[in-house]
Amino acid sequence: MAAEESYPEELRYHAEHDWARVDGDEATLGITWFAQNALGDIVHFEAPEQGIAIANGESYGEVESVKAVSDVIAPLSGEIVEVNAKVIEEPETINEDPYGNGWLVRVRLSDPGELDDLLDAAAYRKLLESL
Amino acid sequence: MKLIYEKSKAGRRAGSLPRYDLPNVEVPEDLRRTAAPRLPEISEPELVRHFTALADRNFGVDTGFYPLGSCTMKHNPRVNERVVNLPGFRDLHPYQEEDGAQGALELMWRLQEILAEVCGLHAVSLQPAAGSQGELTGLMLMRAYFADRGEADERRVVITADTAHGTNPASVAMAGYELQKVETDDRGNLDLDDLRAKVDGRTAGLMLTNPSTLGLFDEHITEVSEIFHDAGALLYYDGANLNAVCGISRPGDMGFDIVHINLHKTFSQPHGGGGPGGGPIAVRDMLEPFLPVPAVVRDGEAFRLDHDRPKSIGKVRGFGGPFGVFVRSYAYIRAYGPALREMSEAAVLNANYLLARLKDVYDLPFDRLCMHEFVLSASNLKREHGVTALDVAKRLMDHGFHPPTIYFPLIVPEALMIEPTETEAKETLDEFVEAMRAIAAEAATDPQTIKDAPHRRPVRRLDEVKAAKRAVVKFGFEEHPDLAPVKSEAGGEAIEAAKGA
Amino acid sequence: MSHLSLTDADREAMLAAVGVASVEELFRDIPEGVRFGRDLDIDPALSEPEIVAHLTELAERNVDTGKELSFLGGGIYDHYVPAVVDAVLARGEFLTAYTPYQPEMSQGVLQAIFEYQTAICELTGMDVSNASGYDGTTVAADACFVAKHATGRSKLVLCETVHPQVRQVVKTYAPGFGLEVVEVAHDGGITDPDELGKASADAACVIFQQPNFFGCLEPAPDLASAANEAGALPVAHVDLVSLGVLEPPGACGCALAIGEGQGAGNFQSYGGPHYGFLAARSDLVRRMPGRIVGETTDLEGERGYVLTLQTREQHIRREKATSNITTNQTLLALAGLVHLSWLGPQGLREQGETCMALGEYAKERLGLPLVFPDRTTFKEFAVHVGRSATDVIRDARAQGVHPGYALGRDYPGLDDAVLVAVTEKRTPEDIDRLAEVLGEVAR
Repeated sequence: MAAEESYPEELRYHAEHDWARVDGDEATLGITWFAQNALGDIVHFEAPEQGIAIANGESYGEVESVKAVSDVIAPLSGEIVEVNAKVIEEPETINEDPYGNGWLVRVRLSDPGELDDLLDAAAYRKLLESL
Repeated sequence: MKLIYEKSKAGRRAGSLPRYDLPNVEVPEDLRRTAAPRLPEISEPELVRHFTALADRNFGVDTGFYPLGSCTMKHNPRVNERVVNLPGFRDLHPYQEEDGAQGALELMWRLQEILAEVCGLHAVSLQPAAGSQGELTGLMLMRAYFADRGEADERRVVITADTAHGTNPASVAMAGYELQKVETDDRGNLDLDDLRAKVDGRTAGLMLTNPSTLGLFDEHITEVSEIFHDAGALLYYDGANLNAVCGISRPGDMGFDIVHINLHKTFSQPHGGGGPGGGPIAVRDMLEPFLPVPAVVRDGEAFRLDHDRPKSIGKVRGFGGPFGVFVRSYAYIRAYGPALREMSEAAVLNANYLLARLKDVYDLPFDRLCMHEFVLSASNLKREHGVTALDVAKRLMDHGFHPPTIYFPLIVPEALMIEPTETEAKETLDEFVEAMRAIAAEAATDPQTIKDAPHRRPVRRLDEVKAAKRAVVKFGFEEHPDLAPVKSEAGGEAIEAAKGA
Repeated sequence: MSHLSLTDADREAMLAAVGVASVEELFRDIPEGVRFGRDLDIDPALSEPEIVAHLTELAERNVDTGKELSFLGGGIYDHYVPAVVDAVLARGEFLTAYTPYQPEMSQGVLQAIFEYQTAICELTGMDVSNASGYDGTTVAADACFVAKHATGRSKLVLCETVHPQVRQVVKTYAPGFGLEVVEVAHDGGITDPDELGKASADAACVIFQQPNFFGCLEPAPDLASAANEAGALPVAHVDLVSLGVLEPPGACGCALAIGEGQGAGNFQSYGGPHYGFLAARSDLVRRMPGRIVGETTDLEGERGYVLTLQTREQHIRREKATSNITTNQTLLALAGLVHLSWLGPQGLREQGETCMALGEYAKERLGLPLVFPDRTTFKEFAVHVGRSATDVIRDARAQGVHPGYALGRDYPGLDDAVLVAVTEKRTPEDIDRLAEVLGEVAR
């Protein structure tokens, strides 16, 4: 079942339709409702390996639907500490619960200052309206 | 319907091969097969019925109209099947000495000469196995050419159009080049300003389909060619749409230096459910030394294979290429002779006729005369009735037609890319027009029937999400233990263990 | 022109509907300077009987394996192709369809490919097969591309006993992939696992051939282990005809199995078109090139088949695709499926046994020194003929017998060696005749 459109206030957003939930020196990352809706039924998450470094603005994985594939862009730099095993087994979780059970990875942040460059929910909504 | 494996019964067989009264030879134990492969065990009558039933569940050009844009689904004359099965072609070993293959070599040489003439270029290699391999070969030639000139390190970029087939960027990547895309202007031509800004000393070349995948001839092709040649770069012609211009305009005369020809499109090699194809390449004289080996050359009255080409890129495929494809295409061309132009003229007339009769009911992104194909958009139906290009495609099936190519080129939303080819009768085109118009009308009155289509095929719409999510890509014998034929226990375990390793 | 369906009246009506006065005007967007101003210089058009006569004349100038008693092999073999293959391939629904983009129109081809994939997996012992590649050479290049991305390494190891053309094609592709190629010399006709192991350090993959180009059986499990230990993917290039009697690559620890399918269902056809096959372990499925068919259900729950995992492919992933392949070799792979179904497991095993038995009989009857005397061979073997192999071949052919392939063409130092192939179509009497002729012309 697809989720209702929403952009939670407590998250920070990257213009490439990715979100971050920051908790101390760690953050949980995922793709936004808009991104999963544009892709349609997601059938695969090509996950990064645990322990590798990812860089702000660069791709760290891919999400695939039947007829499309999209890079997942890191909103923040850091080291992958956990990959969500549930979305690998059941990729539809990303469609069903993009901000909850459909999270993709957890990272240990290497440059928390980058957080200032991300958008808040209002700014991200505004970006979507301009598309 | 059942899979052939579900019809299998231990101990049944169709074929028999000679057995001779000779001692058996033992395979060393560690190399000996322990578990028999579970191939079907079936009698010949059951075998024939199985494949006949499968054929019945398939649609070809022989079945009906197949306007699959960009694929040139024309009639395949049956005389070509007869000649390709002549024993002198069919049973000829590729390592046969040249004096025992003179007929084959002459046929290849003659086809090379014809393709050079059609392309307006100097030399041809028939070796590439398909259009995409022709592309890759062409890019390898580019690289070899620039390496020979000492420019390989600077010229790293290949430019493609935003309307290009996916094979173009994929080939660019496989050849080790960087990709740059150029935009299309509002007439459907390459955007010259965008092009001028992007072409420089780093540019190795352009890959272009002309007419484009929009079915439009680039009106500025001469300027495009000058921009690249002035920058010292080469032009590559993707011959996917050559069917529009045979004998009318030649890629070499347009300024292209390398061309691939899809023999399965323009020259009627049957598409075979997805192959075989043929992707010969034609080149300007300065690129000839780099062509794949062996080259087929004429030596007085005789023909031979020339392996002595020190600058050659090497081999891209086994032997001289897909020879059977050459036989069919050569026979096809000889049926037209110098009048090959009539083939392209009819293809373009058929396409323009369909376009003229459909453009008032579907959106038309570029309102020009088309070449051998054209692109409509179902955006109006989607906007007004929620009916998409996919829905139109599925509903066409109920009218007895193969759908056009959909959602391509990418720059046209809800694209319907229609290529009738030259071999269709006006009555067929008229029936297709009626069907397309009926669907547009039905979208307003009964969109659900369209969205539920097809209603008259062996299966309804298939769940592609399910297929991709848990990919089942072979028959699961284990789920059908009663069907599993004799199999030694140890061997079975060995296979499973290896899989798990 | 008989291929066209428009009458003059049709043309006029259609031009009127388009709103142009002439066919010429349809081409008005083509700039004047690039219009072709003359007729194509192609020989005059031929009627259908004239086409048949002309092509027959060309065909008869070839010496095919029906005209000459041939022992040519080296990757392409004169195996029997059953008549049911001709019958199935003549069905226009298969012959004149294209890639099954629209599954509701194409269940026949899709199911056939699914059945083909199953057969290839069964024969090779692998988990997943694609719908076919161009031939036995290009699938090797495809495998290298898979291995490069799977391992992140940039070296390839090729055994020298792999078909020379396979090695040439891999070397042509490698620079574009950013891959360096290393070759491992043979030791008495086969590959030494220790030497292979040393070469495999930092390699993305290792390609060996079983049976190898000389017809010798390689120590496949040891070669695969050597590669695996070095972290390189072992790739076996195999002959489907041998897989009724030889252990499949999957059971030997290989990551990929590839090969030329011609011997199973295709005529020799001067080198093509044929089909290459490529099968892999399940962990490599998303890196595989080419089409793959998967099972699913329709709206009403009926089983059906679709092209699947298409996001690997060029039409979606474009410059990041696993390959540029579009058209593959479906019709030839279908021939392979029909052929293998006709043979069945028992028939395939018997065919392999017959080829081996004939091979041993031939070695004995020829009485010529074997190039690799200690090896077990399958279907073909190399003999010394005591003088230039090309001269011997020429002299034997003058008596209507083609003794085989001159190995010196590819292996310097083996200028007096002929690679002799015996399929089930060669009888013991044929072999006696070969022995008789070679007895005269070999020294």
